[in-house]
Amino acid sequence: MKKNLIDFIDISKSYGDNLVLDKFNLTVKENEFVTLLGPSGCGKTTTLRLLGGFETPDEGKILFDGANITDLPANQRKLNTVFQKYSLFPHMTIGENIAFGLKISKKSSSYIKDKIKYALKLVNLDGFENRSVDSLSGGQQQRIAIARAIVNEPKVLLLDEPLGALDLKLRRSMQYELIRLKNELGITFVYVTHDQEEALTMSDQIVVMNQGYIQQIGSPEDIYNEPENAFVADFIGSSNILNGTMIRDCLVSVLGVEIPCVDEGFGNNTPVDVVIRPEDIVITSPENGFMEGDIISNIFKGVHYEIEILANGYTWLIHTTKNADVGAHVGINVDPFDIQIMKKAEHSDEKAVNIDDKI
Amino acid sequence: MIKKVFSNLYLIIMFLFLYLPLFVLMILSFNNSKSRVVWGGFTFKWYHRCFNSETIMSAFFTTIQITLLAAVISTILGTLAAIGISAMKSKSRAIYLGATNIPLLNADIVTGISMMLLFVKFTNLSFVTVLIAHITFNIPYVILNVLPKIRSANKYTYEAALDLGATPLFAFYKVTWPEIRSGVISGFLMAVTMSLDDFSITYFTKGPGVNTLSTMLYTELRKGIKPELYALSTMLFFTVFILLLLLNFRDSKKARRQ
Repeated sequence: MKKNLIDFIDISKSYGDNLVLDKFNLTVKENEFVTLLGPSGCGKTTTLRLLGGFETPDEGKILFDGANITDLPANQRKLNTVFQKYSLFPHMTIGENIAFGLKISKKSSSYIKDKIKYALKLVNLDGFENRSVDSLSGGQQQRIAIARAIVNEPKVLLLDEPLGALDLKLRRSMQYELIRLKNELGITFVYVTHDQEEALTMSDQIVVMNQGYIQQIGSPEDIYNEPENAFVADFIGSSNILNGTMIRDCLVSVLGVEIPCVDEGFGNNTPVDVVIRPEDIVITSPENGFMEGDIISNIFKGVHYEIEILANGYTWLIHTTKNADVGAHVGINVDPFDIQIMKKAEHSDEKAVNIDDKI
Repeated sequence: MIKKVFSNLYLIIMFLFLYLPLFVLMILSFNNSKSRVVWGGFTFKWYHRCFNSETIMSAFFTTIQITLLAAVISTILGTLAAIGISAMKSKSRAIYLGATNIPLLNADIVTGISMMLLFVKFTNLSFVTVLIAHITFNIPYVILNVLPKIRSANKYTYEAALDLGATPLFAFYKVTWPEIRSGVISGFLMAVTMSLDDFSITYFTKGPGVNTLSTMLYTELRKGIKPELYALSTMLFFTVFILLLLLNFRDSKKARRQ
């Protein structure tokens, strides 16, 4: 059993009339890679800034290793932050940047020298000590920012969308580097992002947030396969989210068709949200599916085809590696295990969002 | 073609109007004759007399004291004000900035008279009242020079320094200061220039016996024109001129680096 390292207890924070966090509770365990995931304005960055000591909560307290750090200034907290971008000191060399924290804690110069070497090796930038900040690319700068943070041997590393400014390919390779670093250093990572793929790739635990409330906490698999509400289902990957009625245990009615599923305990004739991932839908001949419809579009995406099928008045999104012709009359089928049933949203923050609002 | 001739002519006339009087003044400061129309040969006599005149030298030292003190104090206050203003919400920032800018646009004579009215209510006019007046009118110039630097400075670097264990003061010194330093120095030089050549405000706020170069010049000229004053004016002009050159040089160097 890992021990609790960080506890947020009943934290509330507002800016003017804007309530960003409302009675927020979260526990981070030692040696975990925890990702706060959500659209902008969901409170994830505020959570991180509260932890870093750059904001103070209006109410509630933050415990670190059991001690109350709510009012401790940023410079006395045993954690370090990697900011969104451009946080290196431009008038210092790379070596001086990395040495900044070590000099403040009065380490010997030979220790500092060794640490700089070690940190640069860790982020694959050996021999960059005397380079200037300007001469580095965005990705290199972010790696130096990480090096500058980890040489101080913090218990927790906070990362505020550190890869947001990088291009896709660089982002991918940095994701792998971060996972490697986490495994090598054995420290806790608290990572903030709005990129669901990034969250799924790197995290041990994902905290999905919206409008200042936690929607779901779980492993990437849990979050993806068993979203607890329509917001999570919609935010994590693309989904078919439909209104349905739970007829009884293991039988749900969607668009006038009754389909077997594996969920229980919702009661009889209860309105529910039904989530079916695009890659779980199988295209079959019309008579073999639970529903039949026509293919209205087919886009090649590289790894898969993205197909839309209009059936019973709903446009189904399907990801498949098998090509199909537009206009064909087909059936669609789903394994009962791949149908996820969710309670109807009770609050606005639990509802699915428009794709455009995500970023 | 004609357009070009005229534009050149216009330029020449403009520069003549601007610099010919100054040029005449400089030449007269080296004229060995007291006459303003007869050239009596080249001399440094007036410069020599200028440095030996007690009135002039005492005014010179007063000027130096007021200029430096006012510039240093207003640079500190103005920089602190700029830091404060930059941290404000946009609405209050606009109000405060507007309020600090009004003295810039206000006529010097109005500022001078109103300050005099204020000062005589509480104290006697003296060296200190001139100093306070100078500090007051210098501050907006410092703010105007420093504020853009603070706003373009990266807000993440300051927080990053705190995050790495620096105290707020150390973080400011190590991280924010190098980014705003050039603005602070420009503000200081600007304050020096403004203090050095101010007449109206000094004239109204100075106590008896306190004279800066500009007010001394004014008093002496009323008594009659002495060639020493040409020498003094020439030196004053070059001091301000060099300061302005310095300012421009700094700016162009910066522009080139970017």
